[in-house]
Amino acid sequence: MMNYETVCGLEVHVELSTKSKIFCGCTTEFGGEPNTHVCPVCSGMPGTLPMLNKSVVDYAIRVGLALNCDITRYNKFDRKNYFYPDLPKAYQISQLYLPICRDGKVEIETEAGKKYIGIHEIHMEEDAGKLVHDPWDDCTLIDYNRCGVPLLEIVSEPDFSSADEVIAYLEKLRDILIYLGVSDCKMQEGSMRADVNVSVKPFGSKELGTRTEMKNMNSFKAIHRAVNFETKRQIELLEEGKRVIQETRRWDENKDASFAMRSKENAQDYRYFPEPDLLPVEISDSWIRQIKENMPELPEAKRKRYVEEFSLSEYDASVITSAKELAFLFEQTTAICSKPKEVCNLIMGELMRLMSETSTLPEDLDISAEDTAKLIELVCDGKINRNTSKEVFEAMFKQKAKPEEYVKQKGLLMLDDDSLVEETIDKVINENPKSVEDYLGGKQKAFGFLVGQTMKALKGKANPQSVNRILKEKLEKL
Amino acid sequence: MDLSTMTALEIGKEIKQRRLSSVEVTKNFIENIKNNDKTINAYTLVLEENALKQAEQIQKKIDNSEDLPPLAGVPAAVKDNICTKDILTCCGSKMLSNFKPPYSASAVERLEQAGAVILGKLNMDEFAMGGSTETSYFGPTKNPWDTQKVPGGSSGGSAAAVAADEAPYSLGSDTGGSIRQPCSFCGVSGIKPTYGSVSRYGLVAFASSLDQIGPIGRDIKDCAEILSVISGHDFRDFTSVNRPAIDFSSSFDGSAKSLKIGIPKNYFSAGLDKDVEKAVLEAAEVFKKIGAQIYEFELPTVEYAIPAYYIIACAEASSNLSRYDGVKYGYRSKNAENILDLFCSSRSEGFGMEVKRRIMLGSFVLSSGYYDAYYKKGLQARALIKKGFDEAFEKYDMILSPTAPTVAFKIGENISDPLKMYLGDIYTVSVNLAGIPAVSVPCGFDKEGMPIGLQLIGKAFSEPVLVKAAYAFQLNTDFHKKKAQAFKGGEQ
Repeated sequence: MMNYETVCGLEVHVELSTKSKIFCGCTTEFGGEPNTHVCPVCSGMPGTLPMLNKSVVDYAIRVGLALNCDITRYNKFDRKNYFYPDLPKAYQISQLYLPICRDGKVEIETEAGKKYIGIHEIHMEEDAGKLVHDPWDDCTLIDYNRCGVPLLEIVSEPDFSSADEVIAYLEKLRDILIYLGVSDCKMQEGSMRADVNVSVKPFGSKELGTRTEMKNMNSFKAIHRAVNFETKRQIELLEEGKRVIQETRRWDENKDASFAMRSKENAQDYRYFPEPDLLPVEISDSWIRQIKENMPELPEAKRKRYVEEFSLSEYDASVITSAKELAFLFEQTTAICSKPKEVCNLIMGELMRLMSETSTLPEDLDISAEDTAKLIELVCDGKINRNTSKEVFEAMFKQKAKPEEYVKQKGLLMLDDDSLVEETIDKVINENPKSVEDYLGGKQKAFGFLVGQTMKALKGKANPQSVNRILKEKLEKL
Repeated sequence: MDLSTMTALEIGKEIKQRRLSSVEVTKNFIENIKNNDKTINAYTLVLEENALKQAEQIQKKIDNSEDLPPLAGVPAAVKDNICTKDILTCCGSKMLSNFKPPYSASAVERLEQAGAVILGKLNMDEFAMGGSTETSYFGPTKNPWDTQKVPGGSSGGSAAAVAADEAPYSLGSDTGGSIRQPCSFCGVSGIKPTYGSVSRYGLVAFASSLDQIGPIGRDIKDCAEILSVISGHDFRDFTSVNRPAIDFSSSFDGSAKSLKIGIPKNYFSAGLDKDVEKAVLEAAEVFKKIGAQIYEFELPTVEYAIPAYYIIACAEASSNLSRYDGVKYGYRSKNAENILDLFCSSRSEGFGMEVKRRIMLGSFVLSSGYYDAYYKKGLQARALIKKGFDEAFEKYDMILSPTAPTVAFKIGENISDPLKMYLGDIYTVSVNLAGIPAVSVPCGFDKEGMPIGLQLIGKAFSEPVLVKAAYAFQLNTDFHKKKAQAFKGGEQ
């Protein structure tokens, strides 16, 4: 069998999390009763006109800068015409001729090493509505809530040579977009979805093979399997002396296979032309400068900074920056208590454990940096011990407990009353003559046992340092 | 008082000084509609109850001595492609024959804020496609000067209503001459404003880059006042320009002194009716007499205007009219088996011939493989036409031309010959392609007594100068004061 290379390209659609839609004032919020987030403009009523939401342009520039793109200064919108019931105007306002961003690149890393993936272009467009089939009445209903939600389409160059690279890129892209605050990238809600192009060619060949496309894929797992399946299917075809047909294929998750949908030969003619209802949008230097100045720090830069500024390990830094919410919690808490190592340990240990135990996603975290800092201070000031702090943190995580209140309520504060400690130690010494003898005979281990007994008697609320000090003094006096 | 000889501003003044009441004026025009519109068919909807209610409300304000704009209490009517909240807006089409928009057009809102009383909705060519109002689903409108003849189009109802005393003024829309040509055919005055000066929000789109709402009235002074009311920046229309209000304060000194008027020689060629030519050249003499300087010159690229216009307008229309698919509003075919069927049948049954012809033309020029040969060439021609005007306006303050090459023609005469119909737009379409303003005012009559109009074209935002010239012309002529009589029980 000949050796083949896989060649993939991606078109990723991302719904932007601007407050209002791209061409009207309706909310972009997900869900809502059908057809409640609509107005005459986004439902395509006669005589209505689009007005451009400037935040969409801001967001697009932000993404373009983060993906190292050239920003198009003279922007135009175009109409893509096709009939479908979920598209109320029967055209989608998009950008064909002058997309807002071009010629970018993103670095990815897989087991095969590091490499750059080119970004061909990014353009702004509007989302369509949703068709819902009602099996009871056997009719199709339309929900226009999503109509006009702003989308960015991020088109990569065909630079991927494996499913792993595709996934590494998508993960990286998602991280960046979430950090930029432009999208929540929830694949299950359709706010991030990908069209995947796959072709194969003999190894080393300069010429690209015929490609097939799978549209609207909405899970990383499915994309990974689909790329591998499609690669294998195309290689088998070529090996049998058949040819690959350029077509759109549907990925069936249940059957774990792709099926032909429509071939490019009877492809639609979208009759693109410049959108006459929107004037060209010119992007000035100062506009770009303003966005650059307000660019949030991206995960890679954060990772580096955490290692340099806070002396975290590479591993810890990469885990904490894996989710924006974790990184924010880390930074804000550290800013209050100035104990990066403690904060890091708490996040990497208890927080991650509780998150996985309760299947909590980072975006659903509800832990305040103030409370977390308070807890760390309590531990460091010797007001509670480390084991107690775990209990307190769990209460903060699960019941939104306030650390100080909780500690007081449950009587978890350590004793700063030395007389009670002395009393208890006297009792322990009296009750454990054997261990005392062992210690005085030079067995250090016995000391630990006596400390343990004291702590047990005090229900762990004594300050271990005081216990150590007082016990030593008493034993030495014997 | 004889309201039929008064301008809207004169009526407004009488109302303000309480020599007339808004209610009695409104009743008078409703009476005229009842008497005349069986013959004329200018209205698709008369809002008798609404109008009287509005009139009463405004009259109360007047009686309370509130300071109101000059046209407060004066009735008006609007073309049926301009949205009126909760009131049928049908665009002369079966497709929208049941459509009540939940919003009003910005222009209507502004009229109402200025105290206008809305009498009703006016007939038009279907989706403003046509030059005769014959393509309306609601039947043709008749020309008040000769009811055998068309009133022009597409704002035929708007011009005929004013000419037949069924409204003191009206709103029309102009995509390629749709205000000016019916004004010329019906002997009334009108303005096609600079693109972007009147908000298009709520104007049902025909060709978005060419459409403008504008006024039609008994004289140019009325039109200027109406334009002041309806123009101005609107955030709901991205193409609306943000600039100071149009200032007509120096437009009514009655002088045309030192105005440089260019006459494009090549407009006076084959296809131009002899009587029209004569009337327009005589008008040039009038301008000369009142102090203007007249120059003849060559306006190039005339031959590209019609093809460029029909390519661009139809391309945009094919896309704008795609939303009428039977799914959300408007006409829905009852014979559909599946979704594709629903689209096809609803559109086949809901649209008339001319609209279908233009949708097909527009779809063709945008389709892959033809885009460069047609649409792109159309855009190039548009740029050349604009350049031609720019150069002319370096030398002249305005251009004088006929509004249309002929007077009103017989109903049915051109309807089966679209090319002939399209050629009637020769002097008007290039103005829309260039986005510049133009006015049309009456300048004479042909041998059979049918009105003739002249057109003054100016550079962008030069409405005050165009109005100044037209006003001086009307001070020195009385063509605009002549009244149509044919509909008053004469010829049918």
